[in-house]
Amino acid sequence: MGLIDNKLTAQPKGDAPTARPLTKKSAALNWLPLAPFFLFALLFLFLPSVSIFVRSFEAPDGGFTFDNIIALFTVRDFINAYKTSLTISVVTALGGAVFGFLLAHAVVLGGLPKGLRTFMTTFSGVASYFAGVALAFSFFATMGIAGVVTRWIESLSGVDIHQQGFTIYTITGLSIVYMYFQFPLMVLIMAPALDGLRREWNEACANLGGTSWHYWRYIAFPILLPSLLGTAILLFGNAFGAYATAYAFSGSFINLVPILIGAQMQGDVLFNPGLGNALALGMIFIMGICMLGYISLQRKAARWLR
Amino acid sequence: MKIKNIWAWIILIIGLVYFFLPLLATFEFSLRMIKDRYTFEAYRVAFTDAKFYLNFGYSFLWAILTIIISLLLVVPTAYWVHWRMRKMRPWVEFVTLMPFVVPAVVLVFGMSRLYGGGLKLFGTPVLVLTGTPILLLAGYVILSLPYMFRAVDTGLRAIDVRTLTEAALSLGAGWGTILTKVIFPNLRIAILSGVFLTFAIVMGEFTFASLLYWPAFGPYMEEIGAMRAYTPQALSVVSFLLTWGSIGLMQWIGRGSVQEVAAVH
Repeated sequence: MGLIDNKLTAQPKGDAPTARPLTKKSAALNWLPLAPFFLFALLFLFLPSVSIFVRSFEAPDGGFTFDNIIALFTVRDFINAYKTSLTISVVTALGGAVFGFLLAHAVVLGGLPKGLRTFMTTFSGVASYFAGVALAFSFFATMGIAGVVTRWIESLSGVDIHQQGFTIYTITGLSIVYMYFQFPLMVLIMAPALDGLRREWNEACANLGGTSWHYWRYIAFPILLPSLLGTAILLFGNAFGAYATAYAFSGSFINLVPILIGAQMQGDVLFNPGLGNALALGMIFIMGICMLGYISLQRKAARWLR
Repeated sequence: MKIKNIWAWIILIIGLVYFFLPLLATFEFSLRMIKDRYTFEAYRVAFTDAKFYLNFGYSFLWAILTIIISLLLVVPTAYWVHWRMRKMRPWVEFVTLMPFVVPAVVLVFGMSRLYGGGLKLFGTPVLVLTGTPILLLAGYVILSLPYMFRAVDTGLRAIDVRTLTEAALSLGAGWGTILTKVIFPNLRIAILSGVFLTFAIVMGEFTFASLLYWPAFGPYMEEIGAMRAYTPQALSVVSFLLTWGSIGLMQWIGRGSVQEVAAVH
């Protein structure tokens, strides 16, 4: 019960008509407006997730089994899918975090014209949303067989990189594509965090005889570390769950977990519904851990930066 | 200072190249449909396909419906949480952040199994929702929750909900009047930014529409991409302008109020 209710119950003898003690009925009424929201979440978020959990332990004949979970760690296709998904997510999260941080640092503290910062953050907002099918097509036009960059390199050096064995339909190619929505997200989150670094801290460090290195090593970096790590986790999850970009980019060439789940949905390619559920459960599990890490790092980050 | 400045410029230029090269390449590519000449032929082809309008129209419809449902769910809930149920705020926020934990492809997988005949009561499937757009719209609303809630929540924080509501109540206003004449006008900018973000997300969405077999712009683009050259890039440009338009508009409307927006794919 909120403050206002305590106030109402505290003065039951008041003369105003509204100052009546709260009955059980009105306490229940307090919950009523929240019912549609939670009912919706129950039906379309929690029950589907719970059903994935339950069905992960279901054998094809309907009985209980651990086989599906065991398969996650033993079937080579599954291990490879998880390995590939984890690799691409870790690589693009780290790459996006490092480059995004450098870019945020450049526009916030690099002494560039102020307009550039507004431009960069606005554009980052747009770029972080520009994912999916359209993004995949953009990179075909850039680095694909007849792509602009491919042709430039050919006309400049006479070398057709695609004949030299280069192709963008690889994990490296997909990582380059993912970076397009990864680092802008870092810029968006780090720019305000860098703003939170107070000038006085730098000055205090300088007064005590510290150099720029000391300032970053012992003051700024430790303060920023929780938000850096937290955002890197966010980027990781961002890449880990991505389906549209990967699908449009490579069809099913690259064996990623989301692609495998999508294929299982379109036709029972694993010939066992329980396996699809176990794959999905694995994703929820990894994302859940990410979320916990993110929340605890956010708490730490909030201590200094407000 | 000088050297630091040079580094900042170098990083900035790399960033700008990364941002713009794919966009310029896409645009250039889309103009090359006729050999040795730059023309808008690919756009003409794209815009003369009747299926383009059909799928685009459907996406627009999904976006509008999603926005309406999302607003009806989020605004009263967020308002009530601010006015009477403060302690429930972390829980509501937790729910709105769930799309991060459960990726779209996992959610659609779970929903289609559960509501595609998987939920049985005494052996008979109940709540079979596949074949209706309910699952698609529910998925889109879930996707929109983090943005919509955050926008409305920030808006509500900026106004004094309690004083406004109590003032309205003591002047004899009913709940309908309070919501439509007091709260909504104060939240206009916050709501609009949630609306534009939701619009941008739904218009380009692929996962739900494709896996639930509903016509939409995303799957249509993918289909064209498998069939044709050059037209897909023309559609990419359209899609980018759409995203740029909605988010640019949102930032322009919300200028002054700093808002951090984050995407989840």
